[in-house]
Amino acid sequence: MSDTHAQTVAYVRDTMLPQQTPPASQTGVVHWMRENLFKGWFNTILTLLAVLVIYRLLSGALPWFLGGIWTTDSLAECRDILQGATGGCFSVLTERWNQLLFGFKYPPDQYWRLILAFVLLGGAAAPVLFNHLPRKMLYITMLYPFVAFWLIWGGTIIAPLMALAGFVAGYMAFKKVEYQSFAMGALAFVVAAAVAWFIGGFIANAAGGFLALEPVASRDMGGFMLNMILGVVCVSLSLPIGIVLALGRQSDMPIIKWICVLFIEFIRGVPLITLLFVANVVLAYFLPPGTSFDLIIRVIIMITAFSSAYIAEVIRGGLAALPRGQYEAADSLGLDYAQATRLIIMPQALKISIPGIVNVAVGLFKDTTLVSVISMFDLVGMIRGPILASTEWNGVYWELWGFAVFLFFIVCYSISQYSQWLERQLQTDHH
Amino acid sequence: MNCGVTTGLVGFAAPDANGNWDGFDVGVCRAVAAAVLGDPTAVEFVPTTGKTRFTALASGEIDLLARNTTWTFSRDVDLKFEFVGINYYDGQGFMVPKDLGVSSAKELDGATVCIQTGTTTELNLADFFRKNNISYEPVPIETNAEAQPLYLEGACDVYTTDASGLAATRAAFENPGDHVVLPEIISKEPLGPLVRHGDNDWADVSRWVLNALIAAEELGVTSANIDELMAGTDNPEINRLLGTEGNLGEMLGLEADWAANAIKVGGNYGELFEKNIGENTPIGLSRGLNAQWTDGGLLYSPPFR
Repeated sequence: MSDTHAQTVAYVRDTMLPQQTPPASQTGVVHWMRENLFKGWFNTILTLLAVLVIYRLLSGALPWFLGGIWTTDSLAECRDILQGATGGCFSVLTERWNQLLFGFKYPPDQYWRLILAFVLLGGAAAPVLFNHLPRKMLYITMLYPFVAFWLIWGGTIIAPLMALAGFVAGYMAFKKVEYQSFAMGALAFVVAAAVAWFIGGFIANAAGGFLALEPVASRDMGGFMLNMILGVVCVSLSLPIGIVLALGRQSDMPIIKWICVLFIEFIRGVPLITLLFVANVVLAYFLPPGTSFDLIIRVIIMITAFSSAYIAEVIRGGLAALPRGQYEAADSLGLDYAQATRLIIMPQALKISIPGIVNVAVGLFKDTTLVSVISMFDLVGMIRGPILASTEWNGVYWELWGFAVFLFFIVCYSISQYSQWLERQLQTDHH
Repeated sequence: MNCGVTTGLVGFAAPDANGNWDGFDVGVCRAVAAAVLGDPTAVEFVPTTGKTRFTALASGEIDLLARNTTWTFSRDVDLKFEFVGINYYDGQGFMVPKDLGVSSAKELDGATVCIQTGTTTELNLADFFRKNNISYEPVPIETNAEAQPLYLEGACDVYTTDASGLAATRAAFENPGDHVVLPEIISKEPLGPLVRHGDNDWADVSRWVLNALIAAEELGVTSANIDELMAGTDNPEINRLLGTEGNLGEMLGLEADWAANAIKVGGNYGELFEKNIGENTPIGLSRGLNAQWTDGGLLYSPPFR
């Protein structure tokens, strides 16, 4: 072919030109900067302004951070060393880090228990968060609450073991009766578990100090650990409760429906701080003098009720977004209500609700700092109360609050990154 | 014994780096515990906020509230509490930067004032300015810790709260010398421990432990010389106080050496004061009204007989 053409049209080039590098203005750093930073006079002005702002921020913050003092025993000593030079007094963090993380009353020689519980939390949460991990790891997750309780609160291992035994007994009873109906199974679960707990209570009392760790009272919990306990427990409890509430609100049975509607609307109509005051102050009036119903449990109940009402509404949004056809398809396959919900409705509804649920979870985690108002020493409570009130550290603000911001940012940012990753994993519309 | 304290107030109650509570109010709690139970560490400190303190006491969660609480008519009568005495005579004052060139609170016309909301100080301030027919602009704040940076950044010209709080706040400044506390004290804030109605024996015990601390200072009984004095002295009042004579302890239903135990914990009133909030501490409060009546102060314990 090319031969014929070569003779008839002599001016046609028959070889490829070697590739040339693009002109310098269209490649590399210069090109990137022109495209992204200096495209047009408006962008140029914005870029210059941004650089100016960043410069001002860094020139203020960097000397303060780099010139920081890490080794003194009090703010006054810091000021002596600095002699008016710019620098943070980070010694407050090196001296009080344990109080910021664990509260001021947890025995220091027992910190390993909290650290271990935190590390195990990673192992327990992993199979729930990442579904390509082996499913057997879910057993770790199921055992985790009992282990964590034992590690954090101490006491004999028999008590959490008996609680676990109650769940196991309940599950076995459920399996036995499940063939009749789901409701009968649930009833059998409750009865068997209650019996097992009743008996277990006696055993745990009798066992006394078997494999006992040093017990730590609830009111001795504090610091960021308290925020983590409240956040993790309340989020993991409020998700299933929220699902049940959302389904209940959609139910055809009027009593169940109205109970759910009342609960959700009441809780959503009340500020969280009010509920916390109720938990702390008002409940004490209803209890006989001398009994002290654990404050952490009271607070957990209130926060869980609060967040489950919100999660229920988020999930209801997911349910409402499902096309009617999905319900009808499930019916046409002959699935009963429990099967249809579990296999067809919920997986889709939950997927739609992920951003909303994560939103609630992040908000809830940050709301746990509200407990500082009812004199519990979470991270914020520790800073506002004991640390700023000590004669050594009265007057340190930026360093402490910066540390709190840092801790909360790590957790909340990871949650949000995870949820975005999860949304990408569950995407099914990538045609 | 459960003792209600603040969630943290410099000098009055705050846990140290090891988590042990320390401070002037804490000293009262420990003294009561030592007198009743013989052990100053047998106290569970329950931190309370300004909002939760009264319900905690009324509901029985705490037995004694030592949380620099002002003794007022309505708290004593309407809330059904029993103030067992006064351990600190406070009053509301003003702090201004030296640069402002103000030497009296009456010159503060038109000033912006940082003030904690929902406290008696807010009402006192309004009264004071109205009485003197001058105007001011309030800057509401929530806690003392918030007030500090606001005041330093110049968000307000004046900071007002109890004089002890002003002194503690000023002591934490980088340059305390740049700020002055004005001489006017515009209110009476007698701070004291309180118990709830219903158990008069317990109220008596708390009242007389506090009186014992005050009387011990007046009589010259200190933690240093108490063992020596307990061997017996020529002063019958000291002997009655320390239980080597008479049966005051028995009347209270306690051991004879109840007061001695209380004094041994942190010393007498004066020692507690000097150690926690006195002139050698960073807070640097002078005794002022809180001196013994013999030194021109208001501390006046009823006699031990």
